[in-house]
Amino acid sequence: MYRYDQYDQAMVDARVEEFRDQCQRRLDGQLSEDQFKPLRLMNGLYLQLHAYMLRVAIPYGTLSGAQMHILADIADKYDRGYAHFTTRQNVQYNWIKLEDAGDILADLASREMHAIQTSGNCIRNISSDHFAGAAADEVCDPRPYAELLRQWSSFHPEFSYLPRKFKIAVIASPTDRAAMKLHDIGINLVRNNEGELGAAFYVGGGMGRTPMIAPQIREFVPLDQLITYAEACLRVYNRHGRRDNKYKARIKILVHELGADEYRRQVEAEFEHLLAQKIEPPFAELERLCEFFGDPGFENLAEAEIDRSDPEFALWVDRNTHPHKRPGYTSAVISLKPVGGIPGDATAAQMRLMADLATQYSFDECRVMHTQNIVLPHVRKADLHALWTKLDEAGLATPNLDQIDDIIACPGLDYCSLANARSIPVAQKISQRFAANGKGDTLGELKLKISGCINACGHHHAGHIGILGVDRKGVENYQLLLGGSEADDTSLAKITGPGFDEDGIVNAVETATDVYLANRADGERFLDTYRRIGMAPFKEALYG
Amino acid sequence: MVDHTSTTPSGAEGRGPEARPFLRFRDDDPVGDPAVTVNAFLGQGNATAVRIEPGDDTRELLPHLDRVALVEVNFPTLGDGRGYSAARILREEGYTGELRAVGNVLVDQLAFMRRCGFDAFEPGEPLDAADVEAALGRFPHVYQQAADSAVPIWSLRHGKEAGARNG
Repeated sequence: MYRYDQYDQAMVDARVEEFRDQCQRRLDGQLSEDQFKPLRLMNGLYLQLHAYMLRVAIPYGTLSGAQMHILADIADKYDRGYAHFTTRQNVQYNWIKLEDAGDILADLASREMHAIQTSGNCIRNISSDHFAGAAADEVCDPRPYAELLRQWSSFHPEFSYLPRKFKIAVIASPTDRAAMKLHDIGINLVRNNEGELGAAFYVGGGMGRTPMIAPQIREFVPLDQLITYAEACLRVYNRHGRRDNKYKARIKILVHELGADEYRRQVEAEFEHLLAQKIEPPFAELERLCEFFGDPGFENLAEAEIDRSDPEFALWVDRNTHPHKRPGYTSAVISLKPVGGIPGDATAAQMRLMADLATQYSFDECRVMHTQNIVLPHVRKADLHALWTKLDEAGLATPNLDQIDDIIACPGLDYCSLANARSIPVAQKISQRFAANGKGDTLGELKLKISGCINACGHHHAGHIGILGVDRKGVENYQLLLGGSEADDTSLAKITGPGFDEDGIVNAVETATDVYLANRADGERFLDTYRRIGMAPFKEALYG
Repeated sequence: MVDHTSTTPSGAEGRGPEARPFLRFRDDDPVGDPAVTVNAFLGQGNATAVRIEPGDDTRELLPHLDRVALVEVNFPTLGDGRGYSAARILREEGYTGELRAVGNVLVDQLAFMRRCGFDAFEPGEPLDAADVEAALGRFPHVYQQAADSAVPIWSLRHGKEAGARNG
């Protein structure tokens, strides 16, 4: 894991003092809310429906046990004893007092964490593959490159007042587990024909009200030009991205309106110019970062057979573990999606348990997934049963990774001031429905994603089944979408037709799964069947 | 890279009592000529001061930099960050004259503007001198190369020479 040195710590400490000062000026009345707003937003502090919400950055989703502990302590000390893990691998607190914000940032800084640039029109937290450093299929660990980008983008003087927010994801395997092509910049680390490592750049993806899949802008950027190329991509956007309309201000609109070829031409010209400016970090820095992410002292284990005599445990193993690059190890997913629960929420007690289990079983490391679950990346297969037993006792062993009840949901109208409809109750009802009727276990991989407004924080465009909450004449209404994917076969979901009320959408989801079950060929996932048979049979069943 | 780290800021010396608030980090005398629009500048051969609006293409000025003594970059709103790129491009292209941010310039933006190469500020609202000093001294280091002479943290870590190019 990356550790701060004195430079990183000094920067984060300075930010704490700056924000403490700004909060005090607001509390004293020296700053108006209008003046304070852009300052607090640069520190992840939103004014929501009921209270301030604080978003804490978890760079590339990686946490140590001590960091998870401080997050739990903050939940107890300053919030209501729980926290919410987000689709960008961050964590949010929903009931924050402005008076406490400075102290919270100081607590975070004491464990090498911060809330810098977790909101505002700047480069946001860099996300990555939650199985980085563990996955059997990766070319390299993507996180050193994500960390380099984190440092480059922190307090960037030219790119802190962009047309709109800017999200970057970095992956390093052919299987995309981070929705890379749905980011403003998606970077995929690849090897070229000479076996050299480099970065493929995809620019202009995104969800929101105009979902787009990012086109590839550069097939291969050498690693010693990575930052320069990113700088060129950002500069073209900062200069030419639309600022006349907030809803057309993301880079996806610029790339779309210019066309990928013209955007690429402009980036390449800027890149040539910037190469001469020698802004690239010393290569020794990349080497330094790579050392932090080396293997954590794996034992040389023989491939282990897992005792599957307990069927509940065997089901959890089948669903919630992921192949590891080392024999005898696996990555274990802790589901934050219990039946009827709030997706992505964890209590302080659960967070402490996860922290301790990470320390005990996973080299003191855990990860936040963009699907709002937690990963213990490096667990010995021999320890799996003991781990599962402890998780089960704490209500954290729901065996539902990528099942229909592993729902992504935004906070929705229960918390968010932008939302048009509630997301959480719909998620709860769907998971309860499929638990009660027993169908959930028959469906296989089915990714269901719910957003409470068209800003799409719940990734509904990328759901095998997506749900979009809208406001129809003052009443919450839910549209159903089918056929999206955030994986390497990225696709955008399509709306089935007229929307439904809250109970109606739960029925509609069940109807869609019935169509799948009736039409499924051997081995087909919901998404495969939908792609083969198309929308018509679903429409017929829903509206016919 | 041009060194714009002038000593201490100077106020609006020599300007009349009606002068707008002014903050300057240069030792030479301020340019008195009124800044003209980019179009007007390109159309008249003798102008020495030009004012860039957010939609202007800064690079149109590049063939004429040798006759420019003052570039004003207007920030009509706080959130429109195009002027940061405009400033940095001018410095990257070797412009050494005065680079003045005008309009919606708040104390919280000064440090980033300085890093992008601005060495003079004419904000719409006056800035408190103590606030300016605090804002410019707040952060001990920088993470990335920009248009100032600050050495990025990654170069400090590896010795400044290592920052030249890749090893």
